[in-house]
Amino acid sequence: MALEILKPGLATTVQDLGRPGYYHLGIPLSGGMDRLALAAANLLVGNDEGDAVLEAVFLGPEIRFTTDAVIAVTGADMPLKIDGVELSTWTTLAIKADQVLSFGFLKAGARIYIAVAGGIDVPVVLGSRSTYPLGALGGHQGRTLKAGDALATLPPKRAMAPGSTIAPERRRGPGTSPVLRVLPGLYWHRITAEAGNGFFDDTWKVAPEADRIGYRFRGGRPLEFVPREPPFGAGSDPSNIVDSCYPYGSIQVPGGTEPIVLHRDAVSGGGYFMIGTVISADMDLIGQLQPNQKVRFVKVTMDEALAARKDAQATAARIRASF
Amino acid sequence: MTTRYAFGGDEHIFVEVGDEMSLDAFFKSLSMTNAVRDMRIAGVIEICPANASFQVKYDPDVIAPDDLLSELKRLESVADAAESTLSTRIIEMPVYYNDPWTHETQMRFRERHQDPTGTDLEYAARINGFASVEDFITAHAGSPWFVSMVGFVAGLPFLYQMVERDKQLQAPKYLRPRTDTPKLTIGHGGCFSAIYSVRGAGGYQMFGITPMPIYDPAQEISYLRDFMIFFKPGDIVKFKPVDRAEYDALLAAVGDGSFVPRIKPVTFSLDEFKADPAAANAKLLGVLHGA
Repeated sequence: MALEILKPGLATTVQDLGRPGYYHLGIPLSGGMDRLALAAANLLVGNDEGDAVLEAVFLGPEIRFTTDAVIAVTGADMPLKIDGVELSTWTTLAIKADQVLSFGFLKAGARIYIAVAGGIDVPVVLGSRSTYPLGALGGHQGRTLKAGDALATLPPKRAMAPGSTIAPERRRGPGTSPVLRVLPGLYWHRITAEAGNGFFDDTWKVAPEADRIGYRFRGGRPLEFVPREPPFGAGSDPSNIVDSCYPYGSIQVPGGTEPIVLHRDAVSGGGYFMIGTVISADMDLIGQLQPNQKVRFVKVTMDEALAARKDAQATAARIRASF
Repeated sequence: MTTRYAFGGDEHIFVEVGDEMSLDAFFKSLSMTNAVRDMRIAGVIEICPANASFQVKYDPDVIAPDDLLSELKRLESVADAAESTLSTRIIEMPVYYNDPWTHETQMRFRERHQDPTGTDLEYAARINGFASVEDFITAHAGSPWFVSMVGFVAGLPFLYQMVERDKQLQAPKYLRPRTDTPKLTIGHGGCFSAIYSVRGAGGYQMFGITPMPIYDPAQEISYLRDFMIFFKPGDIVKFKPVDRAEYDALLAAVGDGSFVPRIKPVTFSLDEFKADPAAANAKLLGVLHGA
């Protein structure tokens, strides 16, 4: 065993880059909410980009290492301490047996990624070590970590010198007033043109109901629907549809009031209409949003979405080039 | 029935075969998803069939969104010509209707229900024109149901009742979703029944509970050792009402590994079903009961 969880934090889970291939049966991708930060943490300790790490949200865990290890922490701005001494994030660190890793209060962002050289050793389930708590699947016993849990690591793959770092300008820190780019579509035709404009004009706030399944937003005007005769099987509410699949990043608005953007642990389908989808390039940003943070949605075209995707890939390539 | 195509961001294409639910829409969606799978299009990552629609997740670095869209539209004519016959299986699922556990749960969330003074079964019986809860249960368990989608959460089947549309049971979802639903609850919302594979939030009316697990991530249940999820789209289910004593006995049998679900292979023809639902169902039930 290499890690003993002294305090689990709020909802700390084992995550890698996810479990594609089972969404058609209701098992979502899972994996890190901020995939870029997860990959960066792995690279800093000599792992492959998709090895299993710990993802902690809002409140960091306290971990006693039972063997010497090489670690790195990326993602949200949260002070990192080893035996109470504050050290740098986004940097390769050596930790000795019996030393304790802990964290100060969150300053910005939402999720940190704790990588350990070799990667966290939990069983691979359906091709991934990611935790899907709703389905009690993967990770450490299919759940968030508890005090007293012990985790093993796999043998390190490559040596990384302590002090290796990703230059601040190459990191992607949490934005102060994030903008989420949206490709309208899916059931966009269900709302009036005025409601559509209002959705993009209004400033929204992250609601307390924001987790790995989805982020809820409030504060904007309710959406007005185009009248219709409910189709058979859909249900009587104007926001109901015959239960369909939900794309990752899709924005459903039950009752037309509070938009919910589905994320990595998405429910795979259901009976609420969707007005569009957050583009793939901006999904990581959602994972770093805090409740009450202000957010705007901005309409883009497919060409703009694909250009943003290339930009995001270039950011990842620059981080890779640091090594 | 007009097919509608839409992009779900830069990584998904969403295809709505019909905006209302029907077995025709389900079969066309199933044919199209099978055709997409058979074509093995480079860049296609996941194909997810739903009740009357489906979704394809793809990598736009490998295939341009518009190119994939054209491919899918081309497949529509192939799907239209496909035979609506399915080699599938029929499964008997024991259900303890009006059980104490879903009853306790619905009482905890009564203020979120259309009828705070009654039960979900009393409400559903009344709005569907039945004189009693018993008559409603007889109707719910009387005909087979078709698994038209698996999802929401791991392994949860959506079930479409195999009767004429004017006989289909319908009920609205709760006014506000519950934060709790017992595992293996038989629920109903819109025209669909569902079996909650895991404990959790839910908005469907609750009618009963089955002792038969349908999702087992530990893969310890005898019939879930090969794969942790029991249902797939196209399965046919016949509910069998059981009482408390039978439920307890079945639960014990599941626990000691001696429970074996009754499952028979069947062929389902959409045309035969549409021509005479009662006769087609009688044939299916004949196979299930070994006649």
